[in-house]
Amino acid sequence: MTAASPVRWTREDLLGIAELSPGEIELVLDTAESFREVGERPIKKVPTLRGKTVVNLFFESSTRTRSSFEIAEKRLSADSLNFSASGSALAKGESLVDTALNLQAMAPDLIVIRHAHAGAPHLLAKKLKAGVINAGDGAHEHPTQALLDAYTIRRHKGRLAGLKVAIVGDIEHSRVVRSNIHLLTKMGARVTVAGPRTMMPVGIERLGVEVAHTLAEAVRGADVIMMLRIQLERQGRMAIPSNKEYFELFGLTSARLAGAADDVIIMHPGPMNRGVEIASEVADGPYSVILEQVTHGVSVRMAVLYLLSGVHEETA
Amino acid sequence: MAATTTTASAAAGPGAPSGRLLIANGRLIDPSQGLDGAHDLLLEDGVVAAVLDRGEGPGAGERRHAGERRDLTVLDASGLVVAPGLIDMHVHLREPGQEYKETVATGTMAAAAGGFTAVACMANTEPVNDNRSVTEHILAEARRHGYARVHPIGAVSKQLAGLELAEIGEMVRAGAVAVSDDGRPVMNAELMRRALLYARHFDVPVIQHAEDLDLSGKGVMHEGEWSTRLGLAGIPGAAEDVMVARDLLLLEDTGGRYHLAHLSTARSLELVRRARRQGLPVTCEVTPHHLVLTDEEVARTVFSTQCKMKPPLRSERDRQALLAGLADGTVDAIASDHAPHHADEKDVEFDLAPFGILGLETTLGLCLDRLVRPGIIDLSRLVELLSTGPARVLRLPGGTLRPGSLADVTLFDPEGEVTVAAGAFLSRSRNTPFDGWKLRGRPVATMLGGRRIELPGRAPAPAAK
Repeated sequence: MTAASPVRWTREDLLGIAELSPGEIELVLDTAESFREVGERPIKKVPTLRGKTVVNLFFESSTRTRSSFEIAEKRLSADSLNFSASGSALAKGESLVDTALNLQAMAPDLIVIRHAHAGAPHLLAKKLKAGVINAGDGAHEHPTQALLDAYTIRRHKGRLAGLKVAIVGDIEHSRVVRSNIHLLTKMGARVTVAGPRTMMPVGIERLGVEVAHTLAEAVRGADVIMMLRIQLERQGRMAIPSNKEYFELFGLTSARLAGAADDVIIMHPGPMNRGVEIASEVADGPYSVILEQVTHGVSVRMAVLYLLSGVHEETA
Repeated sequence: MAATTTTASAAAGPGAPSGRLLIANGRLIDPSQGLDGAHDLLLEDGVVAAVLDRGEGPGAGERRHAGERRDLTVLDASGLVVAPGLIDMHVHLREPGQEYKETVATGTMAAAAGGFTAVACMANTEPVNDNRSVTEHILAEARRHGYARVHPIGAVSKQLAGLELAEIGEMVRAGAVAVSDDGRPVMNAELMRRALLYARHFDVPVIQHAEDLDLSGKGVMHEGEWSTRLGLAGIPGAAEDVMVARDLLLLEDTGGRYHLAHLSTARSLELVRRARRQGLPVTCEVTPHHLVLTDEEVARTVFSTQCKMKPPLRSERDRQALLAGLADGTVDAIASDHAPHHADEKDVEFDLAPFGILGLETTLGLCLDRLVRPGIIDLSRLVELLSTGPARVLRLPGGTLRPGSLADVTLFDPEGEVTVAAGAFLSRSRNTPFDGWKLRGRPVATMLGGRRIELPGRAPAPAAK
């Protein structure tokens, strides 16, 4: 599992999983494995990125992803700058491109961007010399989330190939789903997505997944169950009538785990709505690896920052 | 291939309105007369004087005496197609109000550069063309610049608000040739019913931008596999189809003339085909971009905002259906929906960019290269779609080279290779997804009322001798 991958990392940006090869994905996961140990030391710091500047550009609120990147940067000794939409130039009407060009003028090495609009990191990557890491763009991709999910699965199952993974919830609006579908299918897992028909995007089966419309069907034989956050306030009542009815149809309870594999693991990218998509008994139960995902997020992001900064150094 | 002009008079150079012009040695295509062959065209006093078979008739004599007659200019169109002036029945000239995107002057220059002698411009200006004085202003600007004829389209509703009818009669009297709220649909079914009835008094078509706004919602591209992959909100084909179906039902009751702007889906086309068979007075246009590109282009270009327009680039299945509609005669016109936007407005996140792309300077080349070359349609059908068809839909004076008709003529080279260079466009804007495309087929010259149009900054393609 930790054997050195023969693949060399050559990308200046990490914009999505869709364009990565299985070898590149393994390289990130293997690299993350070697950084995991740093987080277990009493002094959690290595000098790997000393003298590098990383800008965290968060145009959408985020606690988990942003802190995770920040901790990863600090553990690698990078100088990091946080920049959020509120109170920034963007709030004053500056365009994304202008904001980016201004940051560029300060010569950062890497820019981590979270944005509500799909394709925003790609727009930045076209304009900037700095490497761009997509920390979530609209409903498009969230590559580091998929990588940390894969890392977590691999630590528990020892492999990705051949596993049955069920992803349940609002498939249409989820960037986590898209990145996970790309990653898991590339690595040979079988993915089933499930959720209300009103939250299932057109043509999702073309991405190589099975579609289920009941929770029982999705859970049957699953090695991994990934639950997604339901945001009634965002999706509106034309998709589902109420949280209560959603929970009745797709909420994960202990009883509903019955058909899953004996060693099933339960995952959630957060933030969770207890009692909406997942019951507390499951979220806090023996199969849950939800907090582990958060822990591994730091190692995976250290790996991504490290790999990209290496490329940026060569081309700078 | 460049046409060359021979003239006996130094004073009667290109652009001289008076005298007679013989367009010789070209391939004359005029679907309105069923002509496609070796004919010369004689223009006199702003109208077509005669279509002459090569080597006989008065033309032969004219040519023989070209060196002696002072008032005859001969333009050698060897290797070129000579067609009735092309008409783009759907453009946005942005004047008044958004002159930083386009003006009547720059828009008609772009038209002439693209081989068009006439355009019909939509009403979504600022102020809206919902009254006579705006219509008159546009026409006055057009007369002042005169690179192409301009036919204003008035609004259906005041302020395009979709609530009350605009003064359609006054606008038609001032020169409007149709009414449309284009840019927005007429969402209110009752208003559409009234508009169809009322427009009958003035015998103008109601042009619908068919889009159910509830169904299109926050969508920014076609709903399908690619919107799902990209995580962009989709505009389902049904957003267009339900509006087309609704309007055709209304049209059954009202009569009048109904024209569908930028039809983009297989199902809408099928609805039109059925309505036609039923004898309903419906016509439709499609755009070059819907004929050439699909929704996959948004992914291929990694979220390029030059692929964002309404209706959105549709699926390959839809595109194939539109191509079939060109070939079987269901489609009446190809229209560009030329929609200029400033580069700054397009250089933003995909979700935030305005809808619309340019078309006037790429339409002919795209059609020649992507429709005629692969044999989807022949040249005669192309001329019908770009000239005779739109003239018929809007009942314009052009679209034909019958003796006595307007001497509006387009010369194009079906074999001329060109690389699209947005930077060199005469339009004030640059928003095209076709920048850098290599196309075979290009416009060479336009004649407006017998007068050759010369464009600023462009060497006249057919050099005067």
